[in-house]
Amino acid sequence: MKRTILFVLILLAVLFVACAPAPTPAPTAAPPTKAPEPTKPAAPAPTATTPRPTPPPGRITVEFWFGLGKPLGDVLEAVVMDFNKSQTKYYVDPIFKGAYVDTMNAAIAAYRAGKAPHIVQMFEVGTATMMAAKGAIKPVYQLAKETGVNLDSKIYIPAVRGYYSEGENMISMPWNSSTPMMYYNKDAFKKAGLDPEKPPKTWTEVRAAAKKLVDTKATACGLTFEWPTWTQLENFSALHNVPLATKTNGMTGMDAELKFNSDLHIRHLQTLMDMTKEGSFKYGGRDGAATVLFPSGECGIIHASSAARARIKNESKFEWGVTFLPYYDDVKGAPINSIIGGASLWVMNSPGRTADEYKAVAEFFAYISKPEVDARWHQETGYVPITHGGNDKTKADGFYAKNPGADLPYQQLTRTQPTENSMGLRLGNMPQIRIIVYEEWEKAFQGQQTAKQAMDNAVKRGNEVLREFEKTYK
Amino acid sequence: MQRRVVFNNRILPYFLLLPQLIITTIFFFWPASQAIYQSVLRQDPFGLRTTFVYLDNFRDVLSDPLYIESFQVTIVFSISVTLFVMTLALLFAVMADRQIRGAQTYKTLLLWPYALAPAIAAVLWVFIFHPSIGIIGKSLNAGGLHWDYKLDGGQALLLIVVASSWKQIAHNFLFFLAGLQSVPIAVVEAAMIDGASAWKLFRTILFPLISPTTFYLLTINLVFAFFDTFGVIHALTGGGPGRSTTTLMYKVYMDGYVNLNLGISAAQSVILMLIVSALVWIQFRYVEGKVHYS
Repeated sequence: MKRTILFVLILLAVLFVACAPAPTPAPTAAPPTKAPEPTKPAAPAPTATTPRPTPPPGRITVEFWFGLGKPLGDVLEAVVMDFNKSQTKYYVDPIFKGAYVDTMNAAIAAYRAGKAPHIVQMFEVGTATMMAAKGAIKPVYQLAKETGVNLDSKIYIPAVRGYYSEGENMISMPWNSSTPMMYYNKDAFKKAGLDPEKPPKTWTEVRAAAKKLVDTKATACGLTFEWPTWTQLENFSALHNVPLATKTNGMTGMDAELKFNSDLHIRHLQTLMDMTKEGSFKYGGRDGAATVLFPSGECGIIHASSAARARIKNESKFEWGVTFLPYYDDVKGAPINSIIGGASLWVMNSPGRTADEYKAVAEFFAYISKPEVDARWHQETGYVPITHGGNDKTKADGFYAKNPGADLPYQQLTRTQPTENSMGLRLGNMPQIRIIVYEEWEKAFQGQQTAKQAMDNAVKRGNEVLREFEKTYK
Repeated sequence: MQRRVVFNNRILPYFLLLPQLIITTIFFFWPASQAIYQSVLRQDPFGLRTTFVYLDNFRDVLSDPLYIESFQVTIVFSISVTLFVMTLALLFAVMADRQIRGAQTYKTLLLWPYALAPAIAAVLWVFIFHPSIGIIGKSLNAGGLHWDYKLDGGQALLLIVVASSWKQIAHNFLFFLAGLQSVPIAVVEAAMIDGASAWKLFRTILFPLISPTTFYLLTINLVFAFFDTFGVIHALTGGGPGRSTTTLMYKVYMDGYVNLNLGISAAQSVILMLIVSALVWIQFRYVEGKVHYS
């Protein structure tokens, strides 16, 4: 019997050891869609700890389904509750529906059952699907017209507004927007003999720095990036002012064709493949799986969302810096503005919806566009300010003085007027296209195909997805 | 010599069957019929535009080289899982069936993994085998073996085979153990008196006598590998790298839930349903004939 007990103890010990050193969030267990990057330990929202309050009787209540987990979701709920406090007539009921892809599926199922929520938060790559769903959604400009609430599209920064507009008309309401930045480990830079105050600017410099980090054993890996297609394909194309697809990256027509097998795109994948071979770059997995590699100290440089800032701040045990994404300096005109990621708010139609309910939605949209509300959202979450006013207010608050580098995402998004290659993208079934690119890149990184084959295959398969999407909506 | 029991009441049998029939109708026949209906339509996710496309979706699916690729992955995966699970579970059961000290404890410990949800099991595996934060993954790399299942398709497939099997071994172990314990002790003792070796005892007496259990488990394991491994794949590899761990089941999920292509996804479900029905039918038709029921 003694031996049995000993055996159990040993087993428990092994299990404990096996589980103990893991960091808190399971890094690869990320949902297939863009999961919210944990950011600032947002000031605990008063509403977060208490059970969801029930709508007070007599108020016109609208449902708001969202897909942001904690702690970002707490900030969102706090903002909504503040709106409710400012109101006597309307009430917005925030309901968490899981990750973005789950929220999207829930909203679709609810619409088909005639029970759609009034507002649903949808990730940026679902934009084409939502826009095509005429009848299921009410465009924001139309909402403004019908309700008489002033929702002036000019107050939003162009890189954000453009992503969610058809021409001059705003279709969905911008809300949480982020853009990728380059974070680097200053301690590791010092150790490798690099100047921590002069981060690399171009891809040549990034590659040299990454190689030096690895060669001097300052870090085990030089460079990595999260959201591989968002940081290295979608934003890469914008920064270098090359098209991702025809028809203004799909914004002016469903018959767009992918164009990301250009020489520059192939060259970039080749750079990454060469860096894999020399050990200066490590592919950290799809979606947000690679994020953990930076705060853990394994990789010295990461391309990650601006909304990852607070997570990096909380988890890193070293000095770090943030700077703009790198570019190829022999590409003329580069770099221009980057593009956003994140999500926007959509107004959904459903049988039996009243004018008052739409009015409530419009009032809520007007509220979140106020400079002070936008500034708070930006400061507490790490998402970029969506309005010029929010940015000015944050500056006036002295936030950037206290948080150096926190203003860089806004600068990167607004440093040039968006061209037709840097306005955003609107491609049908974009999540599927992203997965296709992952698959082809992973094969290339494994050495199973060349950079050109990977990009050609991705474009060919992606175009089939686009044609399928087009057929569905014909 | 069978005695037939005849019910005089004509309604009672149906009444007794009713709860099961209701459950099967709600959770199987109704969704299955919806899937068949959806599989001949092309529809946007919101159901705003619907075209009847006859069997176009099936043609698209079956002519898609990626579907054939997933098919191959599924076959390799299912056979590996089934073989792996049954061999180990049988080995454990034979070992635990012997008169050893603490047998009860071993039995209990071997059953633990079954109590875990697949997704949780997968997360545990992440913590163990993640190339940079997993305890074994890190040591493998430190030991000079290049372990990175995020980029090596073979390693990813191996990992999900092992992780899925680990989950399923407990269940198989339980059945094998019950099977072994139901073998009449007199037969075993007679063989031992005749001087049969442990291997001979197993091969000529125990194994044939537990063949109904083995047969049942074979069916269950194949169905498990086809349908029930979603959680492990989703949490560990997400179908990648490349498409090396995209099984038919995972592809149905990706096309339906993520890509929102309902018609294509439904067509795949229908094909999957046919495949598994065929598998079960073949097993009962041919394999069962060779099974020895006592």
